[in-house]
Amino acid sequence: MSSSASTVLDFQTASLREINQTLHDETTGSFTIVNPRGAHAVAAGIDSDIQVEIDGPVGYYCAGMHQRGSVVVKGNASTGLAENMMSGTVRITGNATMSAGATACGGLLVIEGNAGSRCGISMKGADIVVGGTVGHMSAFMAQSGNLVVLGDTDSDLGDSIYEARLFIRGDVASLGADCIEKEMREEHLVLLTELLSKAGMAAEPRDFKRFGSGRKLYNFHVDDIDAEVARRTEA
Amino acid sequence: MTTPAEWAQRESHTFDRNVIAEIRRAANTGIYRIRGWGAKRDLPTLDDLVVLGASMSRYPLEGYRESCGTDVVIGEATSAKPVRLDIPITIAGMSFGSLSGPAKEALGRGANAAGTSTTTGDGGMTQEERVHSKTLVYQYLPSRYGMNPDDIRNADAIEVVVGQGAKPGGGGMLLGQKITERVAEMRSLPEGIDQRSACRHPDWTGPDDLEIKIIELREIVDWQVPIYVKVGAARPFYDTALAVKAGADAVVVDGMQGGTAATQDIFIEHVGIPTIAAVPEAVRALRDLGVHREVKLIAAGGIRSGADVAKAIALGADAVSIGTAALIAIGDNDPVYEDEYRQLGSTAGLWDDFQAGTDPAGITTQDPGRMARLDPMIAGRRLANYLQVLTLETQTIARACGKSHVHNLEPEDLAALTVEAAAMAKVPLAGTGWIPGQ
Repeated sequence: MSSSASTVLDFQTASLREINQTLHDETTGSFTIVNPRGAHAVAAGIDSDIQVEIDGPVGYYCAGMHQRGSVVVKGNASTGLAENMMSGTVRITGNATMSAGATACGGLLVIEGNAGSRCGISMKGADIVVGGTVGHMSAFMAQSGNLVVLGDTDSDLGDSIYEARLFIRGDVASLGADCIEKEMREEHLVLLTELLSKAGMAAEPRDFKRFGSGRKLYNFHVDDIDAEVARRTEA
Repeated sequence: MTTPAEWAQRESHTFDRNVIAEIRRAANTGIYRIRGWGAKRDLPTLDDLVVLGASMSRYPLEGYRESCGTDVVIGEATSAKPVRLDIPITIAGMSFGSLSGPAKEALGRGANAAGTSTTTGDGGMTQEERVHSKTLVYQYLPSRYGMNPDDIRNADAIEVVVGQGAKPGGGGMLLGQKITERVAEMRSLPEGIDQRSACRHPDWTGPDDLEIKIIELREIVDWQVPIYVKVGAARPFYDTALAVKAGADAVVVDGMQGGTAATQDIFIEHVGIPTIAAVPEAVRALRDLGVHREVKLIAAGGIRSGADVAKAIALGADAVSIGTAALIAIGDNDPVYEDEYRQLGSTAGLWDDFQAGTDPAGITTQDPGRMARLDPMIAGRRLANYLQVLTLETQTIARACGKSHVHNLEPEDLAALTVEAAAMAKVPLAGTGWIPGQ
């Protein structure tokens, strides 16, 4: 994105409301947001094919519920980066704290640095690629989509996971309940190659391990001792 | 006279036959009892209060003639499109999945006719409810099943659900029998699993975070619609104060009589506090903060009649919310299906296995054959009639107290029949000026 072609939105002269309303009203074009200084909910609720670049750190829920278009954060982000994003692309050059990509349903979230705890929590179909490490309880209750981590993970990865796929290159501190290592088949290598390419990350897919659900928590186990006793008595 | 032999055979209070049956059931199955409905135990209720009608010291209004307003407006201070209700009775959040499509449509039709709102549930918004609900509140739940910004923008209000009365601190539950292909697709879950939802929101953990979350939601909808916060009644004074601090336009406080589609029986019966105890504490928080009647309070949990509505409002609520009563109105536990209830090991009026998907009335099921039994037009009319009765009853009581708007009802219009009710509701024991603890 060429900054000269962008409309500049400056937090020194415009409010969060004014900046977001501009992004919601426009359906095309490029925008550069300057002086965000950790503001919350920056570029939340975009629903068009615009390109947004944010020069500096952002607070909570940057690019929340993002649809279509792209958001690039040149800096760090706090809690809930791209939470529940639906489509499009969100990329951050720095680190993200808790719950990055929480419940994200679609699109591509790229975190070039590290992500904190609960990265990809309850994700529902998005692709999340993290260049560094992720914190504990990442991919907790992850339902679908792909989480790719080039670095290490902290404890309880994929606790209570459903059908999401986790590709981890580094060390896994520990797996959460019902998360197991799975065979990396050819189809997964193809998928991982594609994800790394889309994210612009240089890594060898064969260096990764795949994790997913053991599917042992999907249904309650209900015993029926009385029925068994009755059968034995009949026998 | 009791014989020594009969005395020796007396039933234990601690281990009565119901307790023994439950221990045996647990020992056989290894799973806790899951059911629908709300608390069934004998709890203090709004029946423990009476209304003090006008006499020498108060003028009543003409019961059938003089106007008595019932409208409620929510979110005027923050929202371009506040919620405007004709009556102070709303339909509580109930999900598609737990309820059938025709049931959701019936709730919408009935609410429309009465001039009030319906609410989505844990599973997203369906076309049935959006098309048939003029005013639709969108629940924003910890699971975020089916959550998307298009639906949020298509809603008339957003309700951030922190908890519900049947299970404060617990997440939703929908058993595999009801996770059909459509429900599974809406929730991004495998078909047939026993879905146990998250109990905490994935991207905020306390009131300070919630304040930012509410800002985000307002930004996403361009500050068009109000935002409610719903809590299960446990610590209503603090929860209400924190919800106000977080920026809520309305606080929904759901007492432990509030219903559910499926939860552990032990949770329903033992966690939370009754509605009669919750409302005054929530009002105390609103008064402390100087926002009573400004930030709206919606009381829920076991509301059945216009007397309940009037008493809740007199305690300080702005509106009430009904769930179980609305389901009964549209046909839940209808005696016309008595034979089938008996086949299910129950009887009309007692059946509570909403989790099973076998509802003969076609309401708490996803089975196409059963769903087809519910005519949403007829069921909607039943709900509209019921809401009309609740409203007329509420007005009758308000007029008897000399009030030209139901919101003019006040604690001074109430007395308590028991010491416990007096202490919880913070109104005098009938015939005295005594409020325990004051």
